[in-house]
Amino acid sequence: MENNHEQKHTISALVDNEPGVLNRVTGLFSGRGFNIESLCVAETMDPLVSRITLVTRGNNQIIEQITKQLNKLVNVIKVMDFTDTEFVEREMALIKVRAEAQTRAEILRIVDIFRCKVVDVSPQFYTIEVTGNDSKITAILGLLNHLGIKEIARTGAIAMARSKKEISLKKEKIVFIEMPEEATQKTGYRP
Amino acid sequence: MRLSGAEIIIESLIQEGITTIFGYPGGVITDIYDHLEKSPIRHYLVRHEQGAVHMADGYARSSGKVGVCLVTSGPGATNTVTGIASAFMDSIPVVVFTGQVPTPLIGNDAFQEVDIVGITRPCTKHNYLVKKVEDLSRVIKEAFYLARSGRPGPVLVDLPKDVLQNKTEFKYPKKVEMRSYRPTYSAHAGQIEKAAAQILKARRPIIYAGGGVVSSRSSRELKTLAEGLTIPVTTTLMGLGAFPGRHPLWLGMLGMHGTYWANMSVAQCDLLIAVGARFDDRVTGKVDLFAPEAKIIHIDIDPTSIRKNVSVDIPIVGDCKDALSKLNQSLHKQEKSDWRKIRQPWLEQIQEWKKTHPLTYEQGKDEIKPQYVVEKLYEVTQGQAIIATEVGQNQMWAAQFYHFDRPNSFITSGGLGVMGYGFPAAIGAQVACPDRIVIDIAGDGSIQMNIQEMATAVANQVPVKIAILNNGYLGMVRQFQELFYEKRYAQTFLKGNPDFVKLAEAYGAAGLRAERPEEVVPVIEKALSIKGPVIMDFVVCPEECVAPMVPAGKGMTEMLLV
Ligand SMILES: Cc1ncc(C[n+]2csc(CCOP(=O)(O)OP(=O)(O)O)c2C)c(N)n1
Ligand SMILES: [Mg+2]
Repeated sequence: MENNHEQKHTISALVDNEPGVLNRVTGLFSGRGFNIESLCVAETMDPLVSRITLVTRGNNQIIEQITKQLNKLVNVIKVMDFTDTEFVEREMALIKVRAEAQTRAEILRIVDIFRCKVVDVSPQFYTIEVTGNDSKITAILGLLNHLGIKEIARTGAIAMARSKKEISLKKEKIVFIEMPEEATQKTGYRP
Repeated sequence: MRLSGAEIIIESLIQEGITTIFGYPGGVITDIYDHLEKSPIRHYLVRHEQGAVHMADGYARSSGKVGVCLVTSGPGATNTVTGIASAFMDSIPVVVFTGQVPTPLIGNDAFQEVDIVGITRPCTKHNYLVKKVEDLSRVIKEAFYLARSGRPGPVLVDLPKDVLQNKTEFKYPKKVEMRSYRPTYSAHAGQIEKAAAQILKARRPIIYAGGGVVSSRSSRELKTLAEGLTIPVTTTLMGLGAFPGRHPLWLGMLGMHGTYWANMSVAQCDLLIAVGARFDDRVTGKVDLFAPEAKIIHIDIDPTSIRKNVSVDIPIVGDCKDALSKLNQSLHKQEKSDWRKIRQPWLEQIQEWKKTHPLTYEQGKDEIKPQYVVEKLYEVTQGQAIIATEVGQNQMWAAQFYHFDRPNSFITSGGLGVMGYGFPAAIGAQVACPDRIVIDIAGDGSIQMNIQEMATAVANQVPVKIAILNNGYLGMVRQFQELFYEKRYAQTFLKGNPDFVKLAEAYGAAGLRAERPEEVVPVIEKALSIKGPVIMDFVVCPEECVAPMVPAGKGMTEMLLV
């Protein structure tokens, strides 16, 4: 089909906060051969709802399938693809880097330039917390690497639309669907 | 009223209007059986849980109601998986209740514990593990609602033993409250107008209809559209019966074993109106060569079906019935044209294809041709039977030579292609439609995959007729080997087939055999005169091929006319 141009997409889904829902989402991706580059899940203000943010890659047709298939899952309440909209995206990394007497100053300079924080100090190591988008984190990792990174832990991306566009449940009224007498017996229920 | 979980299940089923269940007992669901026995619900004791799901599926397809089955935990549950997957692929509303070990034991590798919710997640529309008896009636309500609404499909409900024994106040909910599930029934008016305009412009249109027309009960609307604008109609395997099989605008089935003229019409049409179909690879062949000159309108209730395999010019998400009636209304308002006259060149071209490449076979004097058997079944039953099929050549010949007149009469495992589906599905259909003739057109291989259900048919006096097209081979695979593997028939000869007549008799059913062409009609007539289940063993030409055939991955016009 047309447009085979692959692009990175950040997609958020509001889902029922129930056991097994994450499995339904990841199972959908593996079963249909879609890829997931990163995935973040956490409860929202409404304890019955979780927010999944995932980063995936594909051409238009694949991304369209991904969002439609996500929407089709019974536990998925709402899906939003941020790509081509104004949005803020952040990841976080914890980086444990070797801190010798002669490199400490340089590490602190890098920390300053990247506006991140040293969150733990030991005789031999600094642990740095950095937030930003993917390229910022990749950049700081590149700089710290030759100073001796011992360990890193990285989150996936989380995202939020700028100003107006929101992915919230406020407008999503719960609908009450009354089954007509006849429909309780037949397929293809029609209101 | 305080009821136990087991009682709640029975009460809820009664409130859902369920009269029939197919199932098989086991330790953890004994409580349910204990109460089921006292209820007005009729239970059919199967001989294998796979059979139970296929029966529920056949019951659903023939009646439009939801099919229900009940099985125990562990092996009982895993035995249902093939049946569930088949119902899922074909969008059939079935609710499967499985037993589960008590909640405190879940995750401990308890006796007959299996994570059936995990196993069936990708092949159910939705599934549930009920952890508290308080949730039970709501879950059952949702399960039935999900199974039959939107794009129908199977729903599984897993029931731990303690949930069945605990008690709670019972009140069956009147409403379903699900903020995350809202299928679109109503087709978008703007899209309908666009489609109507496109239809009025087309000179060589065809309608390509699928199972969605059957499940949304919109055959009448489809016929109105076709007749109103003189548009020829083809259907998928799942759509057979959605349009009358003897109608002048009927093109026959399309796809891998579709008619030559249906596939040629798709290849040359300038507008393809897809209704309740999903552009399966058995239908499209090589996608780039599918309807290459056509604008495509696609009506489907499931948005994921649209633009999954082919790009579409006018997508319409909605119920087929709603979309088709709106489309008909819109077209009705337009200026009248003499569509017969306008279509004449197109219809003549189609006639030409039909004349040069008809569906044929040659019935000689000695060997019975399998197609001949199907044709005679059609004639003797006057096209009014419900036909179930197994999978393989038998299925394709049934599709090609039994000219289905009305919907809900062709019962076949289309998407998954499950050998062993037809017989139990036929039992389910017969249970749902006791006044109709139900025939399973079977292969000698497939019938052995669920033959144990003969005991179910005999015990419950379900008078299903089985017509085995006995070619001694796994015929469809043999055909592939003949055409693409230089006749190396690796493991497709069915050495050791039983004597099917004696087999029927061993179960207490009737067995009949035809070995010569002139015996075919008398055997069919005799079988239909017998009240109980019958096996008809038609010994047919062993090396007959299904024609035409489009090799997998080729364009639909590259048909082998073997
Ligand atoms: C459960 C299952 N196993 C294997 C297959 C692959 N398969 C498709 S058709 C076929 C041959 C069927 O033989 P038979 O039932 O004798 O029908 P025939 O083609 O001879 O009419 C096989 C093995 C299948 N569809 N289903
Ligand atoms: Mg065979």
